[in-house]
Amino acid sequence: MSTLDSKIPKGPLKDKWTSYKDKINLVNPANKRNIDVIVVGTGLAGGSASATLAELGYNVKAFCYQDSPRRAHSIAAQGGINAAKNYQGDGDSVYRLFYDTVKGGDYRSREANVYRLAEVSANIIDQCVAQGVPFARDYGGLLDNRSFGGVLVSRTFYAKGQTGQQLLLGAYSAMNRQIARGKIQMHNRHEMLDVVVVDGKARGIIARNLVTGEIERHSAHAVVIASGGYGNVYFLSTNAMGSNATAAWKIHKKGAYFANPCYTQIHPTCIPRSGDYQSKLTLMSESLRNDGRIWVPKNMDDVKAIREGKLKPTQIAEENRDYYLERRYPAFGNLVPRDVASRAAKERCDAGYGVNATGEAVYLDFASAIQRYGKEEALVKGLDASDAKLVKKLGQDIVKAKYGNLFQMYEKITDDNPYETPMMIYPAVHYTMGGIWVDYNLMTTVPGLYAIGEANFSDHGANRLGASALMQGLADGYFVLPYTIGDYLSNDIRTGEISTDSPEFEEAEKSVKDTIEKFINNKGSHSVDYFHKKLGNIMWNKCGMSRNEQGLKEAIQEIKELREQFWKEVNVPGTANEFNKELEKAGRVADFLELGELFAKDALHRTESCGGHFREESVETDGEQKGEALRDDQNFAYVAAWEYKGEPSDAVLHKEQLEFNDIELKQRSYK
Amino acid sequence: MNLTLKIWRQKGPKDQGKMVDYKVSDISEHMSFLEMLDVLNEQLIEKGEEPVAFDHDCREGICGMCSLYINGEAHGPDRGVTTCQLHMRMFNDGDTIYIEPFRAKAFPIIKDLTVDRSAFDRIQHAGGYVSVNTSGNTQDANAIPIPKDDADKAFDAATCIGCGACVASCKNSSAMLYVSAKVSQFALLPQGQIEAKDRVLNMVNQMDLEGFGNCTNTGACEVECPKGISLENIARMNREFLKASIK
Ligand SMILES: Cc1cc2nc3c(=O)[nH]c(=O)nc-3n(C[C@H](O)[C@H](O)[C@H](O)COP(=O)(O)OP(=O)(O)OC[C@H]3O[C@@H](n4cnc5c(N)ncnc54)[C@H](O)[C@@H]3O)c2cc1C
Ligand code: SF4
Ligand code: FES
Repeated sequence: MSTLDSKIPKGPLKDKWTSYKDKINLVNPANKRNIDVIVVGTGLAGGSASATLAELGYNVKAFCYQDSPRRAHSIAAQGGINAAKNYQGDGDSVYRLFYDTVKGGDYRSREANVYRLAEVSANIIDQCVAQGVPFARDYGGLLDNRSFGGVLVSRTFYAKGQTGQQLLLGAYSAMNRQIARGKIQMHNRHEMLDVVVVDGKARGIIARNLVTGEIERHSAHAVVIASGGYGNVYFLSTNAMGSNATAAWKIHKKGAYFANPCYTQIHPTCIPRSGDYQSKLTLMSESLRNDGRIWVPKNMDDVKAIREGKLKPTQIAEENRDYYLERRYPAFGNLVPRDVASRAAKERCDAGYGVNATGEAVYLDFASAIQRYGKEEALVKGLDASDAKLVKKLGQDIVKAKYGNLFQMYEKITDDNPYETPMMIYPAVHYTMGGIWVDYNLMTTVPGLYAIGEANFSDHGANRLGASALMQGLADGYFVLPYTIGDYLSNDIRTGEISTDSPEFEEAEKSVKDTIEKFINNKGSHSVDYFHKKLGNIMWNKCGMSRNEQGLKEAIQEIKELREQFWKEVNVPGTANEFNKELEKAGRVADFLELGELFAKDALHRTESCGGHFREESVETDGEQKGEALRDDQNFAYVAAWEYKGEPSDAVLHKEQLEFNDIELKQRSYK
Repeated sequence: MNLTLKIWRQKGPKDQGKMVDYKVSDISEHMSFLEMLDVLNEQLIEKGEEPVAFDHDCREGICGMCSLYINGEAHGPDRGVTTCQLHMRMFNDGDTIYIEPFRAKAFPIIKDLTVDRSAFDRIQHAGGYVSVNTSGNTQDANAIPIPKDDADKAFDAATCIGCGACVASCKNSSAMLYVSAKVSQFALLPQGQIEAKDRVLNMVNQMDLEGFGNCTNTGACEVECPKGISLENIARMNREFLKASIK
């Protein structure tokens, strides 16, 4: 088994990035004009990278499958973005953010990367404010913060429940400035379908113009993949309908190792599913756990009465409610990390205490927050704090100011008013910590091929803390990649334009066209969604919140069979040379059907429980932590990076051993 | 519920389109409108017919991709929602529902219900940004306090999702609400002041070049806007425009 070179600079943790930046090679401005960079994806990662690379002087060719860069799924992020600003003076620091992130990730991330992330985090906020991102402010006109799960400080910056939108529009505006200057060539409604490797280096991509169906060749000196996560392998997730693994999977097939595919985040607070027709799940931001209390009834009789519609949650007395997170984790209470909160909800629902018809829902209750805020506000305004009606009204106003759009979204979907009755929530697939393996420079195992944002594996270990993905995406794109890519491109200043008239481009184009032909001519008996839903079921039931050996083995077999059936029986209507959504979906599902199997294989090999990966065979058997997940640092403190060898079952495992010099490895406790 | 759908079908940009009738049955009131269309599309594929092409992505009202004109209203009968957030409980068993694309000269049809809104992007290229480098060498974020009220108003304007419902609802196909949202966001913030004049002039100029119509203050845009972008923004843009034009 080979070892991977993560290229972590030598020296003390806190000096690594600074001294590394001082030493790496740069490209002078005149030469940058002769260098092209392709960026696939315009979310926070790709958008910020495109804008910054263009501003530095490179010619950027950016791609997204939507009709505008502004629609990347980063737009949907709600709760906030972390930064070690310590504006609240509550003891935050770069080290603490670093520590929380490594601990939150259950000690499965790379120390040096995470430290760098924490280091540049403060800069992100400065940058975004300078761009005109309207973050929430307090009455003194200064920036406001909230706290998020798994930490004890308030370091999360936010713009109501639309933080991702505002940050993405900031990056989009920076892109627009460069598009106007001709430094970014924007290709909307284009999907990358393969990467082209020439002499061992990434030199371009094959993309399909989704409007005309034309297959195009695009060349560059380096290729950056910023295509987001692969949560849609589960069919139902909080991702957008088009979110896909295709870009990541195609580069995997061309030599980029895929790391820790089984690390998935199942987010505790999403709106429960309502029926088989369901096409996606909606997140209710984690920020709600700042003020919402999670509970189920203590008594089974109450559960039954609720399900039959004979009892309302508001009629259940305090002493008959089980605030199970507060009970099990007194130190962190409702603000335990996501993996812990999700499993606890599943535990209660599996025990029969779920509060909706399907038995898969728990309450998220704002009644006490409304009371608390209402009283506070009454006092501040010199009003009568014993007037229950007034207090409720004042409290509701505060809650509305904080979470108004989330409450509205909830009401529109469920037809229930969460100001009056607790929300119902259940965990759903949300984020993928696994992704393309990258070194400290964010380069994959293919020279000149980079992966940033959710598409890479680098910073969140086995579980991501809330408000850290936005931070990572922007850190990668604004502050890390623009430096590290220069080191590589400094060797390309004399290369000149890369021709697309080479056998490598020819071959890649042909294979893309062949696959499309196959889909169109197949004329099978089932739609693409038919297969996607089946895959989703296997993934959710056997590779979901809790996993075991038998289930994973079955999953591998079932996915393989489903994949074979898919290629025989899929039906893609229409033609190749037109706007054809079913054809787009077919390609994406074909890739999910391969990735899903590698996912299960990875989950099977990792017999420890860590972060979002919970193996039923690996739990604490006694003591205070009884029943909690049990990590195995002796055998599994490594990154599992898989090399493609044909079938997913043939993938070869490479291990990057994780070293912890600045943090002591501990079993996580949130008790 | 059982429903009759009358849907605009158009093979490509140059083809002539027409309304076609479809029937769907057993639609749950908890479905979203797009999930109802998913059901129709699955039926069509099963029968070997071409599914209806419509834009959508996030399905939670934030990306601005979905864009249907339902029973004569952009994003349908509900208020404050996008098409993807519209639920079938807004309809009744036996209803006939008319589904058309967002229509405007500046939004050519690509296929069926899908339109090309790239004109919106080009307006942003003309000035929808603050010219600050992304190098990170900026001043501390708290160096300039911004009155909460201004920050909140800027935020409200900045929540525009660029869906185009305002254009589709306007009898003149004016894009004033959309453009004014961005102009207002920056006009309300100190960061936006330096380029304020050029911004408003260039963005308005580009809006005209794209073929959007004039604003005659009918206010249909505000009513149909899923994000509640207020007409005040248009008033603010008009003031900014005037200020910039006088020199
Ligand atoms: C509902 C929701 C709420 C969230 N809330 C938070 C939060 O509060 N805080 C936080 O920190 N994180 C949050 N996250 C996570 C965070 O939003 C994402 O991890 C992050 O935004 C991903 O950014 P990205 O740039 O990597 O990818 P994305 O924003 O997903 O962008 C992917 C881009 O790649 C393009 N693309 C994909 N495939 C192709 C292809 N084959 N060819 C061409 N283009 C392609 C797409 O068009 C798009 O432009 C949330 C996530 C979700 C789903
Ligand atoms: S102003 Fe409203 S209707 Fe117009 S594009 Fe923005 S969000 Fe859509
Ligand atoms: S699909 Fe994103 S707003 Fe409707």
